[in-house]
Amino acid sequence: MTAEVITLSSGKGGVGKTTAVANIAVALAAEGVKVVCIDGDIGLRNLDVVLGLENRIVYDIVDVIEGRCKLRQAMIRDKHLPELHLIPAAQTRDKTAVSPSDMVRICNELRPDHDFVLIDSPAGIERGFRNAIAPADRVFIVTNPEVSAVRDADRVIGILEAEDKRGPSLIINRLNLTLVKQNDMLSAEDVLDLLGIPLIGIVPEDQSVIVSSNHGTPVAQDPRSRAGQAFRDIAKRIRGEEVPFLGADKQAGLWDRLQKMTGRR
Amino acid sequence: MDDLIAAIRIKGLRDGLLVSLPEGEWDDQSDALLTQIDGRQAFFQGARLALDVGSQVIRVNEMVELRDRLSERNVSLWAIISASAVTEQTAQLLGLATRVSKPRPEEQQSIDAGPVSQETALYVNRTLRSGTRIEFPGTVVVLGDVNPGAELVVHGSAIVWGRLRGAVHAGAAGDVEAVVCALEIVPMRLQIAGEVLQSSAEGVDTGPGMAAIRKGSIILEAWQPAGTGQT
Repeated sequence: MTAEVITLSSGKGGVGKTTAVANIAVALAAEGVKVVCIDGDIGLRNLDVVLGLENRIVYDIVDVIEGRCKLRQAMIRDKHLPELHLIPAAQTRDKTAVSPSDMVRICNELRPDHDFVLIDSPAGIERGFRNAIAPADRVFIVTNPEVSAVRDADRVIGILEAEDKRGPSLIINRLNLTLVKQNDMLSAEDVLDLLGIPLIGIVPEDQSVIVSSNHGTPVAQDPRSRAGQAFRDIAKRIRGEEVPFLGADKQAGLWDRLQKMTGRR
Repeated sequence: MDDLIAAIRIKGLRDGLLVSLPEGEWDDQSDALLTQIDGRQAFFQGARLALDVGSQVIRVNEMVELRDRLSERNVSLWAIISASAVTEQTAQLLGLATRVSKPRPEEQQSIDAGPVSQETALYVNRTLRSGTRIEFPGTVVVLGDVNPGAELVVHGSAIVWGRLRGAVHAGAAGDVEAVVCALEIVPMRLQIAGEVLQSSAEGVDTGPGMAAIRKGSIILEAWQPAGTGQT
């Protein structure tokens, strides 16, 4: 078993990286594969809250790096899913406490015993972002159908290209089909058209995402949630299954476009 | 003095511009640099500068003064590279970097202070994404899109085999004959020499087009198979 390390990044903050990491991790673990999430946002940790594990933290990633505990000790097991673990960020330190080579070392230590390592990158394109992408085998760019988020995503893709990272994939989060139909929101097609990278998921706008994040039970565990379904689909695609995109039938031309994109790779 | 200006070497880095100063007195060196920047304002506008000063020993107040004079010109001093330990320490004291990453081969664009032949073009075989800025004292050909947030500043013409949605300044050194061509022209900003394209929302936004200066202002017109020759 050699884990694939996947980093989720966006450039802009607040587009839903942490939510996406939590939900994809939960969806993967629910299928029985071994998943570790690493919160890369040192000093502003919140992946633990979204996963509902904040009161179980004893050690964090900086303790591991500075040798105060073993890697195993900093890995918190999920309440419901025995295959899911979280390595929390330190809340009282900042991103300079971690270096890109520390991240590579930790991921290499995790690789033999797990299937996937998911890293939640902080917003921005500075040190914390560099740390998060250093060990990545694949990078998922999370964006919203908003001009500013797409602009930042474009910037991040440019940086990844310069770093020779394998081509990143795109998650379009919080798409509101009603607004798209009224021409008040960029469509998934508009976003893809500009960024020109393959799509791995479209997550519809869904209020239950915020509610469940506050409760610490990611929406991917809710079989009725449409956003939850979208995250479960992403998990399946990560594992190589072909799953049609949610709402693709409602947007004329999108499906053709997606097939073209896949063909282009 | 003119010799000093001509001997300044400028190189594109991943994180900004690397400027190497020739040997000389510090006052002459810094004056030469500032003269160079004043002479090519469009090129240096908003640039991040890494300065290679060789073995020159620079005192704190001198470095501060240069930094201030650069920022007056909207150029930010980001790194000082020096063979002198004293200068290096001074730079670190001011919070400047003292090492820069090696330029990656594809992004490395060596630009000499001298003019580039009209026959020479820089060929860029990728999409320019947000945050990318390419400056070239000649013509640039891009095979790919120029996305919003990317900038192209060229002394010659800009030819984009793709969609032009970022900012472009052709003829940045004043060449009014320069043109901008793209398969789709919906720029955030389009300048040729001293002129700015007004109301870019109108005009050619679906097909291939060319922008050129006609009678003192920029005209954007659809590309026509016949009679495309620039007058």
